[in-house]
Amino acid sequence: MNSEDIIQNLTQSDYKYGFTTNIETETFPKGINEDIIRRLSEIKGEPSFMLEWRLKAFEYWKQMEMPTWAHLKIPPIDYQEIIYYAAPKKNKAPESLDDIDPELKKTFDKLGIPLEEQKQLSGVAVDAVMDSVSIKTTFKETLANLGIIFCSMSEAIREHPDLVKKYLGSVVPYTDNFFAALNSAVFSDGSFVYIPKGVRCPMELSTYFRINAKNTGQFERTLIIADEDSYVSYLEGCTAPMRDEHQLHAAVVELIALKNAEIKYSTVQNWYPGDKNGKGGIYNFVTKRGICKEENSKISWTQVETGSAITWKYPSCILKGDNSIGEFYSVAVTNNYQQADTGTKMIHIGKNTRSRIVSKGISAGYSQNSYRGLVKIMKNADNARNFTQCDSMLLSDKCGAHTFPYIEIDNPTAIAEHEATTSRIGEDQIFYCNQRGISTEDAVGLIVNGYAREVLNQLPMEFAVEAQKLLQITLENSVG
Amino acid sequence: MKSTFMHDIAIDNLKALFNQLENEKQYQPDWLFHLRSRAFENFLIHKFPTKKDETYKYTSLEPHFSGKLTYLSQTKCSNINIDEVFKCDVPSLDTHLIILVNGWYYASSQQELLHETSDGLIYGSLREVTNKKPELIKPYFAQSSRTINNFLDDLNLSFMQDGLFVYIPPQARLEKPIQVINLVVADEAVQIYPRHLIISESSHLTQILFCDHSLNISPFVMNGTMEIYLKDNAKLSFYRMQNAHNHSIQLTNNYITQSHQSEFKSVYVTLHGGVVRNNIFVQINGEEAKNSMYGLWLADKNQHIDYFTHVNHNKPASESNQFFKGILDDEATGIFSGKIFVAKDAQKTNAYQSNKNLIISQNAKVRSKPQLEIYADDVKCSHGSATGKLDDDAMFYLRSRGISHKESCQLLMFAFASDITNQIDIDPLKEEIETLVDKRLRGELSRCNRCSISCT
Repeated sequence: MNSEDIIQNLTQSDYKYGFTTNIETETFPKGINEDIIRRLSEIKGEPSFMLEWRLKAFEYWKQMEMPTWAHLKIPPIDYQEIIYYAAPKKNKAPESLDDIDPELKKTFDKLGIPLEEQKQLSGVAVDAVMDSVSIKTTFKETLANLGIIFCSMSEAIREHPDLVKKYLGSVVPYTDNFFAALNSAVFSDGSFVYIPKGVRCPMELSTYFRINAKNTGQFERTLIIADEDSYVSYLEGCTAPMRDEHQLHAAVVELIALKNAEIKYSTVQNWYPGDKNGKGGIYNFVTKRGICKEENSKISWTQVETGSAITWKYPSCILKGDNSIGEFYSVAVTNNYQQADTGTKMIHIGKNTRSRIVSKGISAGYSQNSYRGLVKIMKNADNARNFTQCDSMLLSDKCGAHTFPYIEIDNPTAIAEHEATTSRIGEDQIFYCNQRGISTEDAVGLIVNGYAREVLNQLPMEFAVEAQKLLQITLENSVG
Repeated sequence: MKSTFMHDIAIDNLKALFNQLENEKQYQPDWLFHLRSRAFENFLIHKFPTKKDETYKYTSLEPHFSGKLTYLSQTKCSNINIDEVFKCDVPSLDTHLIILVNGWYYASSQQELLHETSDGLIYGSLREVTNKKPELIKPYFAQSSRTINNFLDDLNLSFMQDGLFVYIPPQARLEKPIQVINLVVADEAVQIYPRHLIISESSHLTQILFCDHSLNISPFVMNGTMEIYLKDNAKLSFYRMQNAHNHSIQLTNNYITQSHQSEFKSVYVTLHGGVVRNNIFVQINGEEAKNSMYGLWLADKNQHIDYFTHVNHNKPASESNQFFKGILDDEATGIFSGKIFVAKDAQKTNAYQSNKNLIISQNAKVRSKPQLEIYADDVKCSHGSATGKLDDDAMFYLRSRGISHKESCQLLMFAFASDITNQIDIDPLKEEIETLVDKRLRGELSRCNRCSISCT
C-alpha cells in the first residue's frame, strides 16, 4: 500500500458511537417561543428569578442575528425546527441505580462511562447528561462530605439558588452573543460544581453528554465555582448517534476561580462528525469562558476536538486577579468535510498575569481548520506575559489550515509572543521511520501523536489514553 | 449617532464632488470615465467600512473625509520654490528625479511631461500617457486594483487626475535609481488622489525611491494608489519613505502583481504622519517568484499608523517574506495586519511573516494580526509576532558600561530599527535614512534634514 492509500485509510474509519438508544423520551413540540420557555421552567420546578432571566434572554435573542464572521460555511439554521427539550421519560427521580432505565444504563455502559460506582475503579465522579437532562450523578455522598457540590444544573437551581443567582451569567451574560442568548433562554440542564474554601477535590469530576433523540438541540449549561484555595479538575466528553440531519449543540460553560483557586477543565469532544461526504453531524457552537476573579488563581483549558461537523468555540480566560494564570491547550482534528474555527481569548486585566496558548491543528480530507485567538493586554496589566504557539498540520492537498490571531497590547511592560507554523508530515520523517521497520501507517500515528503530545500531556490520565486512541481513529486511513 | 452624522456628511461631500467632476467633464477618455463611474457606484454601495469590517477593525477613516477639503482639479505649481524641493533630495545620490506636487506630475514644460530614453525607458505623467499613448496603459490600468474590494481604491479611481507612470522594457538597464518626490504644498486643507502605474519587463534590477513630504503644515488627505506589474523575470526594488507632517492623513494602496520568476523587494519607512494606512496587496501569479517586504514605523504623539498586507500565492514554488517593525511612543497606535494566502495549487510555497513592536510609553497601543490562510499541503509557512519593551538585560549591559539611560534606549531602539534599514541596498539612501531614523528617535527630527519648513 502506498503512503497515499494509507492516509486515505487513516482518515476514513467509522464513528463507533453512532448507535441510538430506544428509549422513551418526553419531548416538546418543535420551535421556540415564550410558552416553550415557561413550560420548560415549570417542568424544572425553577424559582421565578430563573424564568425571568430566561425570558429576558429570549427577548434579547429575538433581536439578534447569527454572526457570520467565522471562517465557516454554515447552512442556514431554522431555529423553529429544533426541539428544545427532550428527556428520557421517567416517573420519578431515580433514587438508586436500580431505578435507572436499563436501556439508559446500557447506553452509558456502551460508551464506557462508569455509572455504577461499585464497578468503577478509575475514581471519577460522573454526571451523565442524555439529551437535555442529567441522568445520574455518581459519588455524590463522598463529595458532599467535603462540602463539594456536584450535581445537575436543575438541581442546583432548586437547591442552591443563591449560588446560582450570584454566578450564573456573571462570566457569560445572556447578552454576550447569539448562541449564549439562545442557551440562556432554553438551557435544560448541565452540571454544577462548587468547591468550598480550602478543599482540593480528591477525584476528577466528569460530565458525559449524549444527544440521543432526533431533531433535538442540546443546550446545556455548566457552572463551576472554585472558592478560595481550592482545586478541581473537570472532564467533559460527548458523543451522539449518526443521523443524516444536523443537530445543534449550543452550550455555555462558565468557570469562576476565586483567590488562589485552580480550575482545570478538559474536554474530549467527539460529537458525530457526519459521514465522509459531509452529510449530517453536530453543529458544536459553544461559549466557554472562565474568570480568574481574584489574585493567584488559575484556569486551564485543555481540549481535544475530533468530532462535530462544525466546531465553533473559543474557551477563554479573563485574567482579572493579579498574578493569575490562564492556559489553553488544544488539539483540533478535522477530517472529511468537517470545519473548525476554534481558539481562545486571553484578556489580561490584572498585574503580573500570565497566559500560555498551545494550539495544534490537524486537517485531513476536505476539511477546513482555523485557529482564531485574541490576546488582549489592558492598560493596567503591568508585566503581563503571553506566549502563543499555534501549529497546523495538513494531511491532504484538498484541506485548509488557517491562523487568525489578534494581538492587542496597551501596556509597555507587557510581553506577548506569537508564533505559528504550517507544514505537513515530511517524506523524510516517514522515510526515517520506514527505515527502522515502522510501517507508514504507524509512522504517521507516531508523528501525529508526537505533534499533539504537548497538549495530550495536559489531560488527566484516563482521558489522555482515550484521546490518543481517538486521534488515531479519527485519522485512521488518512495519511500519505 | 455622531458617527452616522459624519458618515452622511462625508458621503454627501464626495457625491457632490463626483457630480461636479462629471459635469465639468474632467479627464475624459471614455474607457476611463466608465471605470471611474463604476468605482464610485461601488463606493456608494459599500460606503465607508465600519469597525465591524475586519480590514478596518482598528482604523476608522470616515471622519477624515467629513471635513472641508479642497479638491485640486488642476495643477498649481507656480508657487513652488524648486530650490526648496531639492533640499529634500538625498545628497550624493544620482537619480532620475521626478517631482509630484499635490498628486500632479511636475514639469517645467509640456515636453518634460514624458521622457523616453535611448534604452526604451518611458516615464512621466500618467495623465499625459493616458492622452498620448493609451495603448501602453490600458492593459494594466486598474486591472489589479479592481480585483479586491477596497473603498480607498474606489475613491482613488473616482477622483484621480495624475500621477507617475514608468515603463521599463525588457533588457533595459537603469544605471541609476528613479527617485520620486511626492510633495504636498497647499495653503488650505486639500484632498489628493494620485495614481501611479509601474510596469517592468526588465530582468535587470530597477530601483525606485519614493519620498512623501509636505512643505507646509496645512492638513491634507492623500489617498494614493500604486499598481506595480512585474512581468516574467523582472526585478524591482521599491523604497518608500513617508515623512509628512502630523496633521496629514496618508493613505496608500499598493498592488503588486508578479509573474514567473520575478523578484520584488520593498522597504517602507514611516517617520511622520498623523494617520497612515498602507495597504499592500501582492498577487503572485507566476511560479518561482520572490517577494520580500519590509516596513518600519516610528510613531509618537497621537500618530496612528496602520500597515495592512495581503500576499496571495496563486502559483507553485514561490517565496514571500514579510518583516514589519514598529516603535510606539506617547499615545501613538501601531497596527499590523498581514495575511498570507496560499491557493490550492500553490504547492512548494515558502511564506514567512513577522511583526515586532516596541512599546516605549504607558499610553501607546499595539494591535497585531498576523494571519495565515492555507489551502495547499506541501508548503512551509510561518508567522510570528512579538510585542514588548526594551530588553532589561541588554539595558543593564549598556548601563553597567557607563552609558546613560537615555543613550542606552537610543542605541537599543536604533538596533531594533536597523533590521529594516539594513535592507536598503542603495548605500547613500541607507545612510540618509539611518540618520533620519536616529534623529527621529532622539526626537530631533521634527523636520527633514535640509528642509526649512518645520513639520510638527
